[in-house]
Amino acid sequence: MDKFIQHLGVAAPLIRSNVDTDAIIPSREMKRVSKQGLGEGLFAGWRYLQAGGRDAAPEFVLNQDAYRDASIILSGPNFGCGSSREHAVWALAEYGIRVVVAPSFGTIFANNCIRNGLLPLVLGANIIAEIAAWVAQDPCQNKVLVDLPEQQLQASGEAFNFEIEPWAKRMLVEGLDAISLTQTRWQTIDRFHRHRQSLRPWLYQH
Amino acid sequence: MAQTLFEKLWQEHLVEKQSDGTDLIYIDRVFLHERTGSIALSSLRADGREIFCPEQVFCCMDHIVDTYPDRSDETTMPSGRDFIVATREGAHEAGLTLFDLDDPRQGIVHVVSPEQGIVQPGITLVCPDSHTCTQGAFGALAWGIGSSEAEHALVTKTLRVSKPKSMRVSFEGVLAAGVSAKDMILHLIARFGASGGSGYVLEFSGSAVADLCMEGRMTLCNMAVEFSAFTGLIAPDHQTIDYLRGKPYAPVGTLWDDAVQYWQQLSTDKDATFDREIVIDCTDIEPQVTWGTSPEHAIPINGLIATAFGHEAQASGYDKALEYMGLTAGQPIAGQPIDCVFIGSCTNARISDLRLAASILRGNKIRPGMRAICVPGSMQVKAQAETEGLDRIFIDAGFEWRASGCSMCFFAGGEHFDFQQRVVSTTNRNFESRQGPQTRTHLASPATVAASAVTGVITDPREML
Ligand code: SF4
Repeated sequence: MDKFIQHLGVAAPLIRSNVDTDAIIPSREMKRVSKQGLGEGLFAGWRYLQAGGRDAAPEFVLNQDAYRDASIILSGPNFGCGSSREHAVWALAEYGIRVVVAPSFGTIFANNCIRNGLLPLVLGANIIAEIAAWVAQDPCQNKVLVDLPEQQLQASGEAFNFEIEPWAKRMLVEGLDAISLTQTRWQTIDRFHRHRQSLRPWLYQH
Repeated sequence: MAQTLFEKLWQEHLVEKQSDGTDLIYIDRVFLHERTGSIALSSLRADGREIFCPEQVFCCMDHIVDTYPDRSDETTMPSGRDFIVATREGAHEAGLTLFDLDDPRQGIVHVVSPEQGIVQPGITLVCPDSHTCTQGAFGALAWGIGSSEAEHALVTKTLRVSKPKSMRVSFEGVLAAGVSAKDMILHLIARFGASGGSGYVLEFSGSAVADLCMEGRMTLCNMAVEFSAFTGLIAPDHQTIDYLRGKPYAPVGTLWDDAVQYWQQLSTDKDATFDREIVIDCTDIEPQVTWGTSPEHAIPINGLIATAFGHEAQASGYDKALEYMGLTAGQPIAGQPIDCVFIGSCTNARISDLRLAASILRGNKIRPGMRAICVPGSMQVKAQAETEGLDRIFIDAGFEWRASGCSMCFFAGGEHFDFQQRVVSTTNRNFESRQGPQTRTHLASPATVAASAVTGVITDPREML
């Protein structure tokens, strides 16, 4: 997976609470047994005029010229709540989003982000509003810089520090594959597995 | 040291602590379904990775399959067949247990797993589906994950997880007639917000939880994720044990006795402390219904639209939600005319839910012109309902009586309600377009849905008991 060190990009404001994964990628847009081909369906319910159609809804932020190339989304609390569909993250990634900034995230969504090289970045609602206002003055010029090793987001001439769990930071910065990482612990896992078979034998009766 | 039930389960499955602060947690059982499982299985195959313990992996066909009586691999959803076939082939190739389309045990994953005795107290169970928390009702640590994590669990038999915090939610007192588990959980979410449980494992306890049957407990745990919790759980008791006795995957012989002995130890110690405690007096709870597009937009059925607890953060989205729902703030929710009703989903489509709805529908008809659909949670639930004659009550009232699946709980491009139709539904999500293009979903209990079906407007079920 690509490493996430620094990212500089246009930030699009989508400031509303509880942006759920059904909104990020509606079910009807998940047409194939695949992680690809989902970018087009990103925010389809808001981005297009009709369900299943492709006529752009002019007022939707990503359809506005200044925000078309956004790679950062600024949003409200509980972003990515709802369904566990990893398609939400695959769709964001395919569209070109690398960072979502919100006061809080759905747990499964945040986990899915980490596993796909996207950064779920937590900042307070007031700070996000401040950044959005600054960006809006000139979205293409007023780009936002995210520095993950430094845990800092720079915008409007200010630097905002953010918290991230150490494991998530490491996975992103080093671009690690979790399965390979865990497989190095194989002997320990196998020992645990055998022990469990003797400890709770009824789970292996059928 | 005194421990919570959650800590006991965590300890029981802790393989080792990792240097990055996560814990490597052993996963006993994995469930997959054709929508997300198909992708996990084909991705593993593409990467040349093998499933470590296929005998502990189970697959359901539920999300994409049609629920019409003569259904087949061809689905109303375009390309649905690809998901079904990929899951079937992947499951056969890897030697997984599959509850296929024509299997009498087929149904919604979180209904099938308990029905078969696959979820048991004390185990860890994951599924790439957010409502896996439903199964926490058995005193298992069961939670929803993404596809990549599912691949991780299948290959390594573990997950790397940073340990959640713990919260006890005690429902004390006695529920009024006409109020059920669905109303309890909607009330909780409305009161503390849709992100109120974020970062926590919830333990539901208190006298009202003890009084709930296993199916009610599943309803309660089902919507823990709508509260943004990591998962919910309930300590096993005699009801849990009675429910599991004789189920196909339940232990047998002396191992049953051993298992029961272990299960009886699974409770929170008296002196254990939680990171947070919430106590709710159930005498306060009325039948709930949502007016907006988040489960936190629940109000008592006699309440006014866009009022109730009104947290500032919640209120910020009210305008958009009202516009979407075509409603005006301050008006009563009761009496709103509706176009459709839906009884189904992993929240409220078990036999006790159908019995409750049927008790209100018996001898009544739905308002003419309305569309009413009942989709039992599993084919076993369907068969049981037919044995009891409930199907006749639904059909005579004017309901469509379907085969099992997720159906119109969510719109996958196939079965759906129509543009801007107003639906009262026993499901768990009222998100925009969740049940069809621009559909307007009101979440409620089976009793409220049945009562509303008869009158054609949102109706307090207590008027019809
Ligand atoms: S019934 Fe609905 S909520 Fe439950 S698993 Fe199916 S789609 Fe998800």
